[in-house]
Formats: sequence, structure tokens, C-alpha cells
Amino acid sequence: MSNDSYVTDDGRTIGPTVMEMKNITLRFGGVKAITDISFDIREGEIRAIIGPNGAGKSSMLNVISGFYVPQEGEVWYKGAKRPPMKPYQVAGQGIARTFQNIALFEGMTVLDNVMTGRLRQMKANLFEQAIWKGKAEREEVENREKVERIIDFLEIQAIRKTPVGRLPYGLKKRVELARALAAEPSILLLDEPMAGMNVEEKEDMSRFILDMNDEFGTTIALIEHDMGVVMDLSDRVVVMDYGKKIGDGTPSEVRNNQDVIDAYLGVAHD
Amino acid sequence: MSEQLVFAMEVFANGLMSGVLYALVALGFVLIYKASGIFNFAQGVMALFAAMTLVGIQNGQVPFAHLINAIFGTHVHSFGWNISSAFALILTVGVMILLAWAVQRFVFRHLVGQEPIILFMATIGLAYFLEGFADLMWNSEIKTLTFCLPGELCLPQGMNLAIDDAAYNAWGVGFFIDNLDITATLVAIVLVIALVAFSQYTKQGRAMRAVADDHQAALSVGISLNFIWVLVWSLAGFVALVAGIMWGAKSGVQFSLSLIALKALPVLMLGGFTSIPGAIVGGLIIGVGEKMFEYCFGIGQCFGGVINLGGATENWFAYVLALVFLVFRPQGLFGEKIIERV
Repeated sequence: MSNDSYVTDDGRTIGPTVMEMKNITLRFGGVKAITDISFDIREGEIRAIIGPNGAGKSSMLNVISGFYVPQEGEVWYKGAKRPPMKPYQVAGQGIARTFQNIALFEGMTVLDNVMTGRLRQMKANLFEQAIWKGKAEREEVENREKVERIIDFLEIQAIRKTPVGRLPYGLKKRVELARALAAEPSILLLDEPMAGMNVEEKEDMSRFILDMNDEFGTTIALIEHDMGVVMDLSDRVVVMDYGKKIGDGTPSEVRNNQDVIDAYLGVAHD
Repeated sequence: MSEQLVFAMEVFANGLMSGVLYALVALGFVLIYKASGIFNFAQGVMALFAAMTLVGIQNGQVPFAHLINAIFGTHVHSFGWNISSAFALILTVGVMILLAWAVQRFVFRHLVGQEPIILFMATIGLAYFLEGFADLMWNSEIKTLTFCLPGELCLPQGMNLAIDDAAYNAWGVGFFIDNLDITATLVAIVLVIALVAFSQYTKQGRAMRAVADDHQAALSVGISLNFIWVLVWSLAGFVALVAGIMWGAKSGVQFSLSLIALKALPVLMLGGFTSIPGAIVGGLIIGVGEKMFEYCFGIGQCFGGVINLGGATENWFAYVLALVFLVFRPQGLFGEKIIERV
């Protein structure tokens, strides 16, 4: 846990710790998915969790977003210990996420999908919404403006009114990102944002992630198993293997870590 | 204008009105199916239960009177007061919300993530439970329902004389339309507009559609599934109450009220299980279709009576029409077409 800020080489300010995982252990029956892992996420940084397949990365993300409750360990968020919570309550605290297998509202338009990201910001009650004056109207206009800005930002204006079910994979990923971003999250969790994409799409996505962090100051925690992409994007990297943490630090530190090299390249056991 | 043609028009108009009543029941199905993927077999019984509760409260009946008397040897039946319809309506809405909560808490919360067929079976169980519960709570006598809002605004009964007079002056033949049917139509129109507005333009409506589409995604944007499901079952309960009042005023509050749910099935197949306007259009088509078919071919009034099936076609026409639709357009007229990219 650190309370000081520092400035990176490219001039961005990384703030104090916003989330801290302390000795997290997660079991499914007798199988340990995560063993005693601790790390922190600092405000404004891009934090990556990497590791080979089955390392427990997605489980870690699910612990942060409340889909899994760990058997041991504590989650500290904004300086307070977080009690066990339902996923919707976690989302209510300002932690938004995307999914590896895309979870969008297929029957709704892109615009409606992104608007659901702002449900949390809408406070007008049913009566106020019914008479549609004052608070409700103001809120809807405000939220629409914010949403349109995000739609512009992610370059999906052309498909605003298209039902999501009709879109190709790469665009769906982008819509899901837009919905998560619309919530103006304190932490944005991305589960394999580049999975199943071609090189060009990966470049686009990388650009969006960097721009998002730059323009909105969004704190991002992402999972990826493609080492190359992650090293270019992130400020700090956690490396997992078989549910354990084997490395934590800046990309260059991690790259030279012998355990990490072994995990990725394989090593002869004797 | 010939008497024959006026009669045909009368049949048509009455078909429209009974279609509205079918649609009212179908609406309740659509609401729950859209938001939770559950086909709620208990919708008809919910209408019965709502109507019985309303009448019971209005007449000051003691709930579970038979049970209390059997156990304690007392003879209580009535509180001996009459409550105004408006107040009883509010209390009944409260009871329906409580029912929605209980259904969610004790049944469906434990079945999250189960196959649709299992959820469907649960609603069948719920239907039988609720039927017995309603009888136990309010006894099984046939009750008449009189519903009056403040200012002597009662649910009207009988023939509409204004329309009859107008028709008589124009064509020299009377024109029969039931006042209650007209009222039911107006109420249904208001209800549908309100429901569509709710689901399209309010944040709860948007959350409802979101839950209907993808549970995981809904959770990740901060929507509580439990809250939305209780909300949806409450709405369905409210629609059931309206349907129960209209049907109850028409034919008395009795067990057969719960069977109108069966008539809602073909309506849903026509209109699509996921469309609120579809339920209305489906209801109208079924209502008009079965009346006109009966008129034309059932009792042989069209084409010089070439085809005369000898009546009672109303009992099966709707289901045959639904079967035809299942073959050629399984998603119904307005249902969401299933788009799937491979």
C-alpha cells in the first residue's frame, strides 16, 4: 500500500493505491485456483495480469468483480476492507468489467447497450421519470451526452442503432468496452480484450486502451496471455502460473525474471 | 343497410372486445417471459387469486375463515365492514407485490440457472398451489364483483344504449355492444401504453430488458437480478389483477377464471412471446377470428351458407390458427427473430 504519486516516463501521473488484494486463496472443492496472491492496483495505471492458460487469471478477475468469493484473504478497496459482495454491488461501487466471451444484450441496439452502463448514475425515481420533467429529463440528456462521447471515442457511431446480435466479433468487443467505460468506473477490468482478434484489431484495441487511460484517466486492470501486447501497454505486470504469483513489477523487470521465463518457455524438470 | 350486415359488424366488434380481454391475460405472460425466460403457467390462476382477493377485501371477508373456524371452533366469517373499491384495489396490489416477492424468494431464487423446462414445471406447481391457497383463503363460492371508483364510477354492465341508438337512427337496426367490453378496451389501451413506455423509457425498464437478455452482463453493470425479478412478477401480478377484474365483472369470480390462461396460449403464438404490442394484436386477431369464423362457417351465415359446421367452432379455432403459425412463423408476428452468428 502506498500513498504517494509518481510520474511515468511518458508523463502520466500514477496515483496512490486504489485496490489491494491481500493473500487471496480461491478453491473449487479440492482444486486451488488461486494460492495466496497479493498485489495492488494504483490509481491511473494500466495493470496487467498475465500467465499461461489455466494460471488463474480469470479467477482473479472474477474475485475482484465479485463473481467469485475467495475462501481466504482480503480485498481492500479505496482504503477500506470490502465485505463479501454480490457482483451487482461491486459494479455499484464503480468497478466495471468486460468478459472474455463477451456478455452483451444481443437484442438491444448498441446505443441501448452503452446506456445500460449508466444505470447506476440515474437517480430519478419512477414518478419523476413518468412526468418527464426536471430531474429525469436532465439526467437522460446528461447521460446521453456522455454516452455519445464514448461512442465517438471508440469509433462506433456508424452502428449506434444496430442490434448488437448482428455485429461481428471485433465490434462486439468494442461495444462491450464502451458499456464498461460508460459507467465511468474507478477501475476497469478487461478480461482478454484481445482474444480472438487479428493483428490489426489488436492494434486498434491497444490504442483504445492507451487512449482511454490517457484521456479519461481510467485505471485499468487487464488480463492477457499474449506477452508482447501486454509489455507494450502496461505500467506494471503481475505474472501468475498454476495459481501462484511468480513475478510482479514493470514490464522490463518481469521480462528478465527467471521464473517468468521458465513459465513461458518451459523448463526441464529433473 | 341490411340487418345481416349489421349483425356481421356486431359480431366483428364483439370479437375485437373479447380479443382485448384475451390480450390482457397474454400480457402477463409476455412480461415474465421477456424478463426471465419463464413461461408462467400460473398467470391465469394469478388473475383468479387477484380477483378473489379484491372481492374478499371489499366484502370484509376474514382470510382463512374456514381454517380458523375448524381449528379454534369459532364462527368468524366476516369483519362486517365494506371497504371502498379504490382502497381494496390498493391493498390487493400490495398483496400481489407480496406474492411476487414470495414466489421469487421461495421458488425461483433456488432455481437460477436451471433449464427452462424445470422453471416451467415450477410454475405448474405454483399454479396448483395458488389455486388451493386462494380457495383456502377466500373460500370457493362464486362471487360477484362490483367495482366502483369514487364518484360513482362503476364498471358498467349491459348494453350501450348510445351506440344502439346511433345505429338505429343510421340503419334502422340496433347494434349491441356491452359497456363492460368498451371499458375493458379503454383500460387495456392505457395499460399497454403505460407498459411499453415503462419498458422503453425508464431506467427500470431498461434494466428489465437487460436482465431478459443476459444475466451476467446485467450483473456487471450493477443490476440486481432479484430486484428486477420481483419487479417483473409484481407487474405481471398487476396485469393479472386488471384481467381478473374485467373477467370477474363479466362472468363472476370463480374457478373457471383461471382457465382463460389457456386462451392466451394461441394469442401468444400469434403475437410472439416477447412482444407487448404483439400480445394485443394477437389477442385481437384471435378474438375477431374466432367470432367471424363462427359466424361465417360455424353457423353458416356467409357465402349463402355453403359451409355450415354446426357451431362450436370457437372452442378450437384459436388453437388451429396457432398451429398454422407454429409451422410457418414460429417466432410469431412480432416476436424477436432469433439472430445467431456462426
